[in-house]
Amino acid sequence: MAKKPVTFILNGSERAAFAEEGLNLLEFLRRGIGDLSPKYGCGQGTCGACTVIIDGETHLSCLTMAVAIEGRKVETASGLANGKVHPLQEAFMEHFAAQCGYCTPGMLMSAKVLLDRNPAPTRADVIEAISGNLCRCTGYEPIIDAILATANMRRLA
Amino acid sequence: MIEFRKEFFANERDDNLNEIGKPTRRQDILGHVTGRSPYFDDHLFEGLLHIRCVRSPHHHARIRRIDVSAAEKMPGVVRVLLGKDVPLNLNTLLSLLDFGLDDEPVLSTTKVAYKGEPVAAIIAESEAQARAAVLAVKVDWEVLPHVLDVEDAVKPGAPVVCDVYPSNKFIYHGKFDHQKLRYGDVEEAFARADHIVEGRYQMSPIEQAPMETCGAIAAPEVNDRFVCFTSTQGLFFSLGTAAKLLTMPSSRLHFVGGTVGGGFGGKVDSMHEPLAILGAMLTGRPCKYAWDREEEMQVGAPRGAERWYIKDGIARDGRILARKFTGYFDSGAYTRLSSYAIIKGVGHLPGPYTIPNVYADVFCVYTNRTPATAMRGFGITGVDFAIEAHMDKGAEMAGLNPIDFRILNSYRDGDMKAHRRLAKNCALVECCQVVAEKGGVVLTQASRAATSLLDGGGERARLPSRTATDQNGIVSGFKGGNYAKKGGGASGPQPVALPIAASAPTPASASLASVRPASPTYQPAATPPPAPQPPAPAADTARHGALRFSSLSGFRRR
Repeated sequence: MAKKPVTFILNGSERAAFAEEGLNLLEFLRRGIGDLSPKYGCGQGTCGACTVIIDGETHLSCLTMAVAIEGRKVETASGLANGKVHPLQEAFMEHFAAQCGYCTPGMLMSAKVLLDRNPAPTRADVIEAISGNLCRCTGYEPIIDAILATANMRRLA
Repeated sequence: MIEFRKEFFANERDDNLNEIGKPTRRQDILGHVTGRSPYFDDHLFEGLLHIRCVRSPHHHARIRRIDVSAAEKMPGVVRVLLGKDVPLNLNTLLSLLDFGLDDEPVLSTTKVAYKGEPVAAIIAESEAQARAAVLAVKVDWEVLPHVLDVEDAVKPGAPVVCDVYPSNKFIYHGKFDHQKLRYGDVEEAFARADHIVEGRYQMSPIEQAPMETCGAIAAPEVNDRFVCFTSTQGLFFSLGTAAKLLTMPSSRLHFVGGTVGGGFGGKVDSMHEPLAILGAMLTGRPCKYAWDREEEMQVGAPRGAERWYIKDGIARDGRILARKFTGYFDSGAYTRLSSYAIIKGVGHLPGPYTIPNVYADVFCVYTNRTPATAMRGFGITGVDFAIEAHMDKGAEMAGLNPIDFRILNSYRDGDMKAHRRLAKNCALVECCQVVAEKGGVVLTQASRAATSLLDGGGERARLPSRTATDQNGIVSGFKGGNYAKKGGGASGPQPVALPIAASAPTPASASLASVRPASPTYQPAATPPPAPQPPAPAADTARHGALRFSSLSGFRRR
């Protein structure tokens, strides 16, 4: 199968690797680049565990072609902590917003895009923002609380 | 929102605690929020191979021939595995407890008993190549009649799901085709009861649906060992199972686990580790075997469905005098953990209520459904649904508020339970009182004054003066394993299955039989097929870890 070079920015650093034709971004990031934070949950765009940020928007990496990120900026949960943990990560820890942790990287990506766009979201805004991310353990309430608490802390800061 | 009601049992508790009652951080949560928790698939290997299984499209079929010649020539295919490649291709999970007969192959060679049962495994360079090669395997199937309903499965002449258990019923303790509970004499008590309440309860199978699908990666390691990264919930259980199926000492297997992307019971079956390690053994390369989401839902073992018939005899004042259960636990095509779930469930009967006469016949039934396994409180959850629905029915018949009815019949400290142990640390009365308070339900004066600490014991601590026993469902030709023996026992030969004396189970309520929905699939043949031939007596093979897990089985305490 033909391979194509893909050059892109991952969490602020330039990266390049070859991608087979038809390879999805999830497998490319995980096995091609070695960023294991996006997770496989369904491979069909229903669970949100593979959510990444491309140029400021959430995308399901299992439904995105690897070659489509040529020249674009990709963010994943492994790049969220920059020297110290991100306020969202701190709030997720504080509010017990992760149990098995498998949905957490994708959940954090959806939450980050929400707060980047809307610093004062309502509870309904938060629910809408994470509606594409399934969580089997927590029942969502601690996650919603953690995201709202992050927004509140930022306003106070 | 947690509310502590410290007025209850205050003198039984030391409130000077360090951790309980205070929030604490999970020790693994930093890894979770930074995306660095190492799930089984988060390990990179050079030259990783991918395993995909060829699965049965039928509920029940004989395998005439498996032709893998075309698949072997497909691009990227490294090796095709068949049942003959598995060193010991028959297992039952609880053989580690010496409980039950080996009944399930890793890759079936003769027949399949559920839709999705694996018969071959492709090992290929990429997952896409493995998927393509799966489609190139040609299996010549002889489709057999199937049975999907538990009560149809135990009728004479029903298709035999699993040859090891020709009656489609698990054999308990080498002696009976069901698990029994006999305590007092229910028939005598029904005769003098003021009300008789009967019910039929059916629950559905439930998929655990973890976010991470089940899987394992195995790779050759130094010193003639194999490393296995796995999503298992029971690391040593999976280690013991893999060592048995691959007939190698567990010291050659280096299992790494503990970071599980949700399990809920569905990750104990150890389906992936043996095949991934076998792939690594035969190719010399790292192999990954994981279910995709469709497989997780279709062939991942669910919580088994249960059907319960309950009959209560109730006195005019609301006291339950007798309770009779007939239960059918849908084990699916193989035993997995259903046999054990029933032991647990029968130990739980008749629910948290002091009832002087209790009777139960509970059948672990094989059907051509996906095998069932563990899920959160399995063995208890299904029958509790039936019991509590039945309690509401009983309350209505007795003319009592359902909470008053429960308080009246709840265990008190010191009461004798149906499995002949004294109840202690009871708290149902108090829970009911708080539920009534929260729900705005006005209880009777007697219910408000009740406590778990008083009124128990004494007469209520006595065993029944007479317990009616019977030999219903007795079988011959099976030997009990060490599980049932007090303090374990010496390893003996594998039990041998022989045909069973036919005994049609009688539901607790014969009258309810007429309202049961007709089975959508299986119609008994006019002439029953000839009795299945029992498998040949097994050789005196070594027991695998038979006593290693003895503390789990509970027999040390009996």
